[in-house]
Amino acid sequence: MAKNKKADSVNLVQRPIRKWAPLFILPTFAAFAIGFVWPFIQGIYLSFCNFNIPTDAKWVGLQNYAKVFKDAGFLNAFWNTAGFAVVSIILINVVAFFIAYALTQKMRGANLYRTVFFMPNLIGGVVLGYIWSMIFDGILKNYSTYLTAEPTYGFWGLVILVAWQQIGYMMIIYIAGLQAVPEDMLEAARIDGATGAQTLFRVIIPNVMPSITTCTFLTLTNSFKMFDQNMALTGGLPSVMENGAKINTTELLALNIYSTYNINKNYHGVAQAKAVIFFILVAVLAIAQQSATRSKEVQQ
Amino acid sequence: MKKLFALLLALAMVLSLAACGASEAPAATEAPKADAPAAEAPAAEAATGSVYYLNFKPEADAAWQELAAQYTAETGVPVKVVTAAGGEYSSTLNAEMAKDSAPTLFQCGNMAGLKDWDEYCLNLAGTDFAAELTTDAFNLYNEAGELKCVGYCYECFGIITNIELLEKAGYTVADITDFASLQKVAEDITARSAELGFSAFSSAGLDSSSSWRFSGHLANMPLYYEFRDDGVNEAPATITGAYLDNFRNIWDLYIENSTCTGAELSGKTGDNSKADFTEGKAVFYQNGSWEYAGLVEAGMDAAKLTMLPIYCGVEGEAEAGLCSGTENCWAVNAKASEADQKATLDFMKWVVTSDAGTTMMAEQFGPIPFKAAKTPENVFFAAANDLTAAGKYVVTWAFNHTPNVDSWRATVVTALAKYSADQSDANWAEVVTAFVDGWAYEYSVVNG
Repeated sequence: MAKNKKADSVNLVQRPIRKWAPLFILPTFAAFAIGFVWPFIQGIYLSFCNFNIPTDAKWVGLQNYAKVFKDAGFLNAFWNTAGFAVVSIILINVVAFFIAYALTQKMRGANLYRTVFFMPNLIGGVVLGYIWSMIFDGILKNYSTYLTAEPTYGFWGLVILVAWQQIGYMMIIYIAGLQAVPEDMLEAARIDGATGAQTLFRVIIPNVMPSITTCTFLTLTNSFKMFDQNMALTGGLPSVMENGAKINTTELLALNIYSTYNINKNYHGVAQAKAVIFFILVAVLAIAQQSATRSKEVQQ
Repeated sequence: MKKLFALLLALAMVLSLAACGASEAPAATEAPKADAPAAEAPAAEAATGSVYYLNFKPEADAAWQELAAQYTAETGVPVKVVTAAGGEYSSTLNAEMAKDSAPTLFQCGNMAGLKDWDEYCLNLAGTDFAAELTTDAFNLYNEAGELKCVGYCYECFGIITNIELLEKAGYTVADITDFASLQKVAEDITARSAELGFSAFSSAGLDSSSSWRFSGHLANMPLYYEFRDDGVNEAPATITGAYLDNFRNIWDLYIENSTCTGAELSGKTGDNSKADFTEGKAVFYQNGSWEYAGLVEAGMDAAKLTMLPIYCGVEGEAEAGLCSGTENCWAVNAKASEADQKATLDFMKWVVTSDAGTTMMAEQFGPIPFKAAKTPENVFFAAANDLTAAGKYVVTWAFNHTPNVDSWRATVVTALAKYSADQSDANWAEVVTAFVDGWAYEYSVVNG
C-alpha cells in the first residue's frame, strides 16, 4: 500500500514531464538539425558535385576525391598537421599539468597566477596570430631573418603561439581534477612512506585520468582544426615550387581546404571532398584517443 | 534585481520574436518607417524592383551608401549597398548569390571571374546603360562574344613622386626619363640621404597588405613587355620570363635605395610604406591613382604630387606612359527577377548620367568612360592624360591574365622576400622559378 502510494506520487510528477519532453527538446533539436545535421548531409552530397553556389550543383561522382589525392599541397598539409598535433598535444598537456600541480600546492598568489595563465585564452585566434607574427619578426630581425623565411620558423612559431594560448585553459581543467583527488588517499600514501614521485605517478595521475582524457581530446581536436592562428601567423607561407608542384610549407589542413575552395569554381567540390576526408580523419582519431585514455581511468 | 534582469531578458526575447514576425508578414499594414527598411522593401519591390549592389571598394563604401539613399529618395526604388573588401569579395559573392535576395549588381574583375560567373551575367549589349559608354576598352566579353561586364572606371599606377623633395635633392621630374636616369637620381639621393634627411624609395614592404604592389603591379612590367613581344592577348599556359632581368633591375633599385634594409621588408606593411611617403621620408612611392584621396587627406599638397612611369631598363621605354587598366567591371545578375534587372540597369544609368552620380564617380573613381563624366581633380589621372597626349604608349594590365592569382603571387612574394634578405644569384633563380614555373603550375591547376 505504501509502496503504491510512492509510485503514484512519482507518476504524478513524472508523467507530465515525460509527456511534454518532446516539446521542450524540439527547439534545440530543430536548431541542431537546421544548423548542423542538414548542412552536414548537404556537405557530403556537395563533395560529389561540381558547383559554384550550392543551388546549382552537378553530380560528378568521385572526380573530386581523385583530385584530392593528386594534390601535393594537401599531403604536405596533412603531415604538417600530424606533426603539429603530436608536438602540441605533448607540450600543452605536460606543461599545463605541471603548472596546475604547482598551483594546487600551498603557495602565495596561486589565484593570481591562475588568472594570469588563463588570460591568453580570452584573446581571439586571428588577433593572436598577428600579434605573435610581429613579436617573432621583431626577434628574428636581430638575426637578419624573418618568420616566413623558413618553414621551421613558422611551424615552431605556431606551436609556441598555441601552447601559450591553450596551456591556461587545460591548466584549469587539471586544477579541477587535482582538487578532486581524495585527501585520504594522499594521506594514506604519506603514512605508507611514498616519495613525492611515487605519490604523483601512482596516486595522483591515475586519479586525474578523466581530466587527461578531456584535455588530450581537446588538444587533439584543436590542433587538427587549427585555422585562424595558422592563417594570421604565416598564412601558409613560405610557399615554394617543389618538383613542379606548389606547396605552402606551413599550411595546416583547415587552411589548405580554405585556399582550395578559393581557386575557382571547379575547386569548390574538391575543397568539399577534402573537408569530408578531414572530418573522417578527426572523428576516427578522436574516438581512438577517447577509448585509449578512457581504459586507463580509475573508479574512485 | 534578479527578477528585473529576468524580466528584461524575457522582454528582449518577446520583442525580437515580434520583430521577426513583422518583417516576414507580408500583410503588415503599418506605414513604412524610415528605420524599418526590412519591412518596407518587399512592398516596394513587387511594384518596381530593387537594387542590391555588392561593392568591393571599402574606401568608396560611404559614398555609395549616400548615393544609394539619394536615389531611393528621388525615385522610391530601394537600393541596398553591401561592401566586401577585396580579399573577401569572392567568398562573400558566393555566399550572397546562394540566397533568395542575391545581389543584382556585382563585380567581375577579370576573365577568370567572368568564367566563374558567366551564367550569372546578363548580356548588357543594347541596354540604355551601355549606350552611355565612350569606349569598349575596359569591357569584358565571354567566349560567345556577349558583352557581360562593363568597366565603369579605370585606374593607373606608377611611381608616385613628391616633387618638393625631388627638387630639394636638386632634380626635377623632367630629369627622369628612363631607367638610367631614375637610377642616377635614386642612387645620388641614397648617397646623400643623411644630409638630405630622406631616402629615395618608401619601403617596398612584402607583408600581405603591401606585397601586391610588387607581385601584382611591378610584376606587370615583365609580363607586359613579354606579352607585347609575343602578341599574347589571352592567358597563356606558360611564360618565358624574358624580361625578368629588368624586373630585377627595378627591384634592386627599390630595395637598395629605401628607408629600410632588405631583410626588414618581409614585415613591412602598406601603411609603413605610405607613412614613409606622407611623412616626407621618401621621394618615391610605387602605388596607384586610388591613393590620391588618402595622400591628400594625410596632409600632402596635391600640387606637389605627380606620377612617373615605372622604368626598368627595357629598350624604348622612354616612350612609356603609366600602367592603366581596370578590375572594376560591373555585371548584372542574370538570375535576378526582370523587375530587379530593370531597376538595376536604371540605377546604373542614373549613376553615370545624373549630376550626383557623376560627381561621386569623379571624386571616388577618377575618370569614367561615360559620356556625361565629370573631370576629376585627381592629379595622377592628369599625369596619365599628359603622358598619353605626349604620344607615350599606355602600359596595359597584363597581370589580369595571371592564373590562380593569389596563389601565384604568394610564391613570388616568398621568393622575393628571400632574395631581398640576401641578393644572391641563387636566390634570384628562385624568383625566376616562382615566376615562370609557378605560372605554368597555376595554369594547369586552374584549367585541370
